[in-house]
Amino acid sequence: MTTRVALMATCLTDTFFPDTARAVVRLLERLGCTVEFPPAQTCCGQMHYNTGYRRQATTLARHTARTFADYDAVVAPSGSCAGMVRDLYPGLHRSTVRVAGRTYELSEFLVDVLGVEDVGAYFPHRVTYHPTCHSLRMLGVGEKPLRLLRAVRGLELVELPAARSCCGFGGTFALKNADTSTAMLADKMRNVLDTGARVLTAGDNSCLMHIGGGLTRLNTGVRTLHLAEILASTEEEPWVATP
Amino acid sequence: MGRNPVTWLGSPTFPTAARTALADVQLRGNLAHATGTIRTKREAAVGELPDWERLRRAGEAIKDDVLSNLDVYLTRLEAAVTARGGVVHWARDAAEANEIVLGLVRAAGATEVVKVKSMATAEIGLNEALEAGGVSAIETDLAELIVQLGEDRPSHILVPAIHRNRSEIRDIFRATMPGASPSLSDRPAELAEAARAHLRRKFLSAQVAISGANFAVADTGSVVVVESEGNGRMCLTLPRTLITVMGLEKVVPSWRDLEVFLQLLPRSSTAERMNPYTSVWSGVTPGDGPREFHLVLLDNGRTATLADRVGRQALRCIRCSACLNVCPVYERTGGQAYGSVYPGPIGAILTPQLGAGTDDPGTASLLRSLPFASSLCGACYEVCPVRIDIPEVLVHLRGRVVAEKPAYAPEAVAMAAASWVMVSPRRFRFAQRLLGPLRLLARRGRVRRLPWPASLWTDSRDVPAPPRETFSAWWRRNRG
Repeated sequence: MTTRVALMATCLTDTFFPDTARAVVRLLERLGCTVEFPPAQTCCGQMHYNTGYRRQATTLARHTARTFADYDAVVAPSGSCAGMVRDLYPGLHRSTVRVAGRTYELSEFLVDVLGVEDVGAYFPHRVTYHPTCHSLRMLGVGEKPLRLLRAVRGLELVELPAARSCCGFGGTFALKNADTSTAMLADKMRNVLDTGARVLTAGDNSCLMHIGGGLTRLNTGVRTLHLAEILASTEEEPWVATP
Repeated sequence: MGRNPVTWLGSPTFPTAARTALADVQLRGNLAHATGTIRTKREAAVGELPDWERLRRAGEAIKDDVLSNLDVYLTRLEAAVTARGGVVHWARDAAEANEIVLGLVRAAGATEVVKVKSMATAEIGLNEALEAGGVSAIETDLAELIVQLGEDRPSHILVPAIHRNRSEIRDIFRATMPGASPSLSDRPAELAEAARAHLRRKFLSAQVAISGANFAVADTGSVVVVESEGNGRMCLTLPRTLITVMGLEKVVPSWRDLEVFLQLLPRSSTAERMNPYTSVWSGVTPGDGPREFHLVLLDNGRTATLADRVGRQALRCIRCSACLNVCPVYERTGGQAYGSVYPGPIGAILTPQLGAGTDDPGTASLLRSLPFASSLCGACYEVCPVRIDIPEVLVHLRGRVVAEKPAYAPEAVAMAAASWVMVSPRRFRFAQRLLGPLRLLARRGRVRRLPWPASLWTDSRDVPAPPRETFSAWWRRNRG
């Protein structure tokens, strides 16, 4: 029996990082899942919620709950959006409780539901991993992403100093407190550069967009890549970014 | 007159104050070093206890019980203190508390008082009020003394001079401490010795001491102060008259409850298994210690905070500072940017609640900015010994700020428009296509400059160029 999975691409990944969503599809299909993409999905409402617009967040949450109502497993390549659904949806509306219990962040779904750590990936690069705040502290993914990365053939995993420190993104925080956000980013970038890694990976494109936006601004030569894209890559079919 | 705010009058909003602080290279270095050290130590101290999570839950439960039954415990405390020869005073706000204390000091005939480190008296600006009434207050906690002598403001709950390094402290002592040697070095032992000599004279001459309280046990009317230096113990035992100002929420029902907090507080605060000095006194004891004891119970916005079902958890706080030490925002901006004696994550949720209802417009904008001074990373909640869900309260208080905005405020309009677009898949797909032209501004896959407000992002970070095809469009084309 194959596992039927609904992909919650998240608005940011759908709009700016389609390669990540395609990588999730490729990875899950390789592991024997049937992946569906409910086309009505838009945004989970986290930005509204975290900025203090609870009413509008609830409207978006109800839309999201309706969109994914028919699925037993919803997988998002984001600890932040999965955290919003799982931790905060139950408190928003009675119709948004059910989807909360069925939503997983990608690494959790792979390790806890599918029970795999070696997904057969090949990625011959020096990589460091940033554990994103919401995956760490809302979802408690712990070591799962690292266990997945350690099983990737050819990958040299280097430890990121002060890894658990926030990169400074924080949604609208990056705009409302741009100076503080940038100071946090500077320290995160310094730690990334100290590792000598060529690739920084994480489970959230939002944080990667922030750190990556700083890394390219300074022409550091370090690229950011979502965990899903590394895990999707194999020796036969290495992952190639869409031009 | 509105309620006396807990902020320093004239403080700018958080983002403005942060900009100045972030540019202070010395401050950044001092804080990164200090918070980094204490963070590692706390983790080790907490890691020793296999039942840490259960202790946290016990602390949370005791505080919640206290907050739900404050009337019971406070009247029990009042009766017990009175029965043991103390006098209890009730102060609605800062002005009332200051007036009570000044009156008591005058009645004792003193013009100089020694002080035990206390957040409550800092909150109400007691030193300034005493000064205006002709009484000088001497801080005896080393870090508070450094702040006082430097005519500075505190930047941390536990270590108010954390933003100062030892050479700065030497300079302050040389310039301001009576009797300090001009050849004083920056060796910690020498600095401590100078402070000791200075304070010893004060302890021996003071007739009145003023303290705060970490806890007060309702059953027996016992007040508790925990500290590291022993200077507090000098104040609590030597002078004739002792005045304690205590926030209403500091009461605990019994000694059994106290036991939980005496485990939680030192490990969270100083990363010690047990703090060096724990002073406990119950009323007055003839022939031993102060002959007169006054307990001032301070409201100053606390009962108003209690009325908020989400916000009230901030009143569980035991002032340990663990949330400050792990906060990535605090670590970079320091405490003064928060505009009040309560900095860091706890300040961002406590100050706006205690100060709500201020009639000073500048203070009101500072209070509105504080709940946004966080990336919601959650590190504070993880370490809080009484499990205050600080991110939850921050978001809740953001909601209050938003509710006060007019519907035509630019941010409110933008957020309403965004949710109108995103609640409809059709409109969302259309909006995604509208982003396409952004590609024309991109070089090598990134956009380097955008107009305001997007410039707030692009001033320091690139924006990735939007792809030729969104994922949903690709899915529709290939799989739909």
